[in-house]
Amino acid sequence: MMTTSEKVGSNIRKANAEAIRRILEAKPVLIDVVPASEAIPALQEGMILHAGPPIDWGNMCGPMRGAVTGIAVFEGWATDLAEAEQLAESGAFSLNPNHDFGAVGPMTGMTTLSQPVLVVENRASGNHAFCTINEGLGKVMRFGGNDASVLKRLGWLRDTLGPALGVALRAGKGIELKPLVARGLTMGDEMHQRNLGCSSLLLRTLAPDLARTVDDRTALAEMLSFIGSNDQFFLNLAMALGKAIMDPVCDIDCSSVVTAMTRNGTDFGIRVSGLGDEWFTAPVEMPEGLYFPGFSADDANPDMGDSTIVETIGLGGFAMAAAPAVAGFVGAGTPSIAADFTRTMGEITLTQNPEWTIPALDYQGVPTGIDIRLVVETGITPTINTGIAHRKPGIGQVGAGVVKAPLACFELALKALATRLGVR
Amino acid sequence: MSKIVNRVCAGLFLDSVILMQISRSITRLDGVEDAALMIGTPSNLDLLDNAKLLARASRKATGGDLILAVRARDETAAASALAKAEILLERPTVGHTGTTTLRPRTLRSAQDILPAANLALISVPGDFAAAEARKALRAGLNVMLFSDNVSLSEEVSLKREAVAAGLLVMGPDCGTAIIGGVPLAFANQIPQGAIGIIGASGTGIQEVSSLIAQAGYGVSHALGVGGRDLSDPVGGISTLAALAMLEADSATRHIVLISKPPSQSVAKRVIDTLAHSEKPCTVCFLGADAPSLPDNVSFARTLKAAAELATGRSSKNKRPEFKSVIPPVPPGRQRIHGLFCGGTLSSEAQVVFLDQGVSVASNAPIPGAEAVGSGTSHVLIDLGSDEYTRGRPHPMIDPTVRDEELTKALADPTLAVILLDVVIGFGAHPDPAGTIVQVVAAAGTERPIVVASVTGTDDDPQDRRTQVAKLVDGGIVVAPTNADAAKLALSCLVRDD
Amino acid sequence: MNKASDQQKSGAQIKEKTVQQSLLNGPPQVINLGLASFADELTKQGTVVVHVDWSPPARGDVELANLLSKLNE
Repeated sequence: MMTTSEKVGSNIRKANAEAIRRILEAKPVLIDVVPASEAIPALQEGMILHAGPPIDWGNMCGPMRGAVTGIAVFEGWATDLAEAEQLAESGAFSLNPNHDFGAVGPMTGMTTLSQPVLVVENRASGNHAFCTINEGLGKVMRFGGNDASVLKRLGWLRDTLGPALGVALRAGKGIELKPLVARGLTMGDEMHQRNLGCSSLLLRTLAPDLARTVDDRTALAEMLSFIGSNDQFFLNLAMALGKAIMDPVCDIDCSSVVTAMTRNGTDFGIRVSGLGDEWFTAPVEMPEGLYFPGFSADDANPDMGDSTIVETIGLGGFAMAAAPAVAGFVGAGTPSIAADFTRTMGEITLTQNPEWTIPALDYQGVPTGIDIRLVVETGITPTINTGIAHRKPGIGQVGAGVVKAPLACFELALKALATRLGVR
Repeated sequence: MSKIVNRVCAGLFLDSVILMQISRSITRLDGVEDAALMIGTPSNLDLLDNAKLLARASRKATGGDLILAVRARDETAAASALAKAEILLERPTVGHTGTTTLRPRTLRSAQDILPAANLALISVPGDFAAAEARKALRAGLNVMLFSDNVSLSEEVSLKREAVAAGLLVMGPDCGTAIIGGVPLAFANQIPQGAIGIIGASGTGIQEVSSLIAQAGYGVSHALGVGGRDLSDPVGGISTLAALAMLEADSATRHIVLISKPPSQSVAKRVIDTLAHSEKPCTVCFLGADAPSLPDNVSFARTLKAAAELATGRSSKNKRPEFKSVIPPVPPGRQRIHGLFCGGTLSSEAQVVFLDQGVSVASNAPIPGAEAVGSGTSHVLIDLGSDEYTRGRPHPMIDPTVRDEELTKALADPTLAVILLDVVIGFGAHPDPAGTIVQVVAAAGTERPIVVASVTGTDDDPQDRRTQVAKLVDGGIVVAPTNADAAKLALSCLVRDD
Repeated sequence: MNKASDQQKSGAQIKEKTVQQSLLNGPPQVINLGLASFADELTKQGTVVVHVDWSPPARGDVELANLLSKLNE
């Protein structure tokens, strides 16, 4: 006859085993690109999805505000940025986390009606996840850019690249993303800060399909050049596939597995399987890394973006052993330091993913299934490889490095889980 | 006026030995009155407060934080001491293996690296030790619990869980074990042989195993069970489990059990169990009279007698080891003062005194001995006892406290004889004899006789033969065993000079 | 009467008890938590030992450590 405590432990163990099963058996496939309004029926005029846990206009950081005003103008809800700002102040926009609508977005993460979104289907469980198309580097909305050039590019994505990708993808059977990630890991990618391998592999797959379906050669050249010149193009796909994998894990009673990690430039939020929709938040931490010439920590914006969904599925900082190049941004930055980061993440995860293995670690699988109990016990928090944005809107990336998820999020979640399971 | 300065390093943890080494370096700095590096558990906070080292703000610290505390003559000296402490904290510290490979942070990940692990050796601070031991048992590991300050109720709970799982818990406060010839924690290099030892005391196991080795015999395994195992609440759980293991072990052909006298009911259970053993057994309940025993069980009142019974060799057959010249007692001196690192060795010395009808006092008195301050002239001190080790390393690791006491005793004009134990082996100080000789050399020409014994073997890192020679060269009288040293000390008083 | 059955019981304890013999079958394989010097000494002697870079659970927070022990198997 088990004591109460033993029964709780055993229930958690079984629930976590189910969570791991769902994560490992997921089958994310890129099937389409459609306007967000089609993908997310709940989207309305005046509704803006942003990165991170819930936040109101008053608490938003500079780049996020820049993005909100910019997207309002883009969607025609305001004639200029000044009017957009007034509307935002007055509460005219409905601001919501991407995560609540099956979506994720990098950095400011703006998702609104007319923007084209990548559609990833999890063929194992039938759910879909969405993410906008990566704009490229420099002055872009994801860093808070909102001038004419930014909006023009968004328009091109909406009117040209988005629809073309949709046609091309619908013509085929969809692109299986897990094998792509597996190959990327052998090519020095970790899918957060380094996506060069996967971006190249993706272009290799997409190019013939685009060539077959886009009649205008100039337009085709422009699209191929746009994708081909963006080393980080695959990031948004990595994020969408992460969301597609984790959404079915989101409500397993008694499970202590983390289902989402995300930031809005002010707060870091996590969700836990056995605690459903509830956000556990704490102020974001400052990244530790290197700055591009001319920039310093004084210029840095606090941590932001839904891209930490990538770490949630065992990639990014968790797979750093596969990407020694990224380690160069962190302290001593040798390949063995990169390997140490991955090994350390093994202390807070339940298993290794046998489909995503790292050659440099003798083909060990990436550490998968973050358990909040292990995080609180060891005090080791998830390591995230992140870009660092300029705190002023629209300037862009000023550096890259490593940031940790705040321990407080996991401590709050642990207390909540203990209460939920009747031991507190 | 003295200045107290603290720095609290959140989330920083280092093992207690390293912290004390750093503390000692800092205390020696110019202008520093006292210094300590400790983790912020409530008991440590009180310790620091009582030592006038705690700054008010540090009260918020928890067991996960490291407190650097300094009291110095002024602000400058204090700040400089703190800075030095931080530099020492950064340095790769003594006692860490030389590799740069990342080490596992938990028992769980350690087991991933070594799935065949069968023993967890736990020496984390007492507040956390029981939880780690429980994790180890649930992971299917036997446990050697070196940590002390584990509560009696935790001990009972752990041992019950262990029995149900078919595992052994050695300890708490288990300082010594030998398994398959491998010395664990504070133990000696003993040849493998046929004698199995179960001990409720670390230095008791060390003395008996060393005497067995010196007699030319060997030990199969030595299992520590912790000082409270044979009390009524615990009921001898680990002792009985260890007995079953040695009974089933084909290498063991004789079983020795060492303990201070257990409760009547537990003694009975143990002896009843021994009665069913197919092997000859020797039981040493230190200082007790022989209870009624089955045929296969012999009884010893001392560690020395236990070793003799187990090997069948009495000291009558031994040639005297060293022809130490015993100097005369300076006139007018009557008292013997003992300074022991091993608690059981001080108990054995008390047994020898009482058996000769001589009154003796101790801070850890056995039945029949007096407490210190009772007016009894001969005093034997256990320096490993709580009041001497609070916040300081055990005297077996760090001889500072014993050396200080020895210096005082050497200058005491009423003392005829100073009695010492010198325990060597793994975990012990690299040269205990050396520090004793230095202290004695610094004393005046008219001083008490110093009598010592060396617990250990020639195969130990310190090499017993070398340690004995150093002591003899330094004018210290060396007896072959701890019991003999006590006897020798007494005999110095009755000599005609 | 009681004494005989007690003796029988303790006899049974010695013969039938399935205490794991694996600890005594050879040199121990050790996981060391705490003083690094213990692991160093074992390594020098060629004993298989893994030293754990241990720190207090939940960074020393007693309430969280208690919750953890209730939530763990």
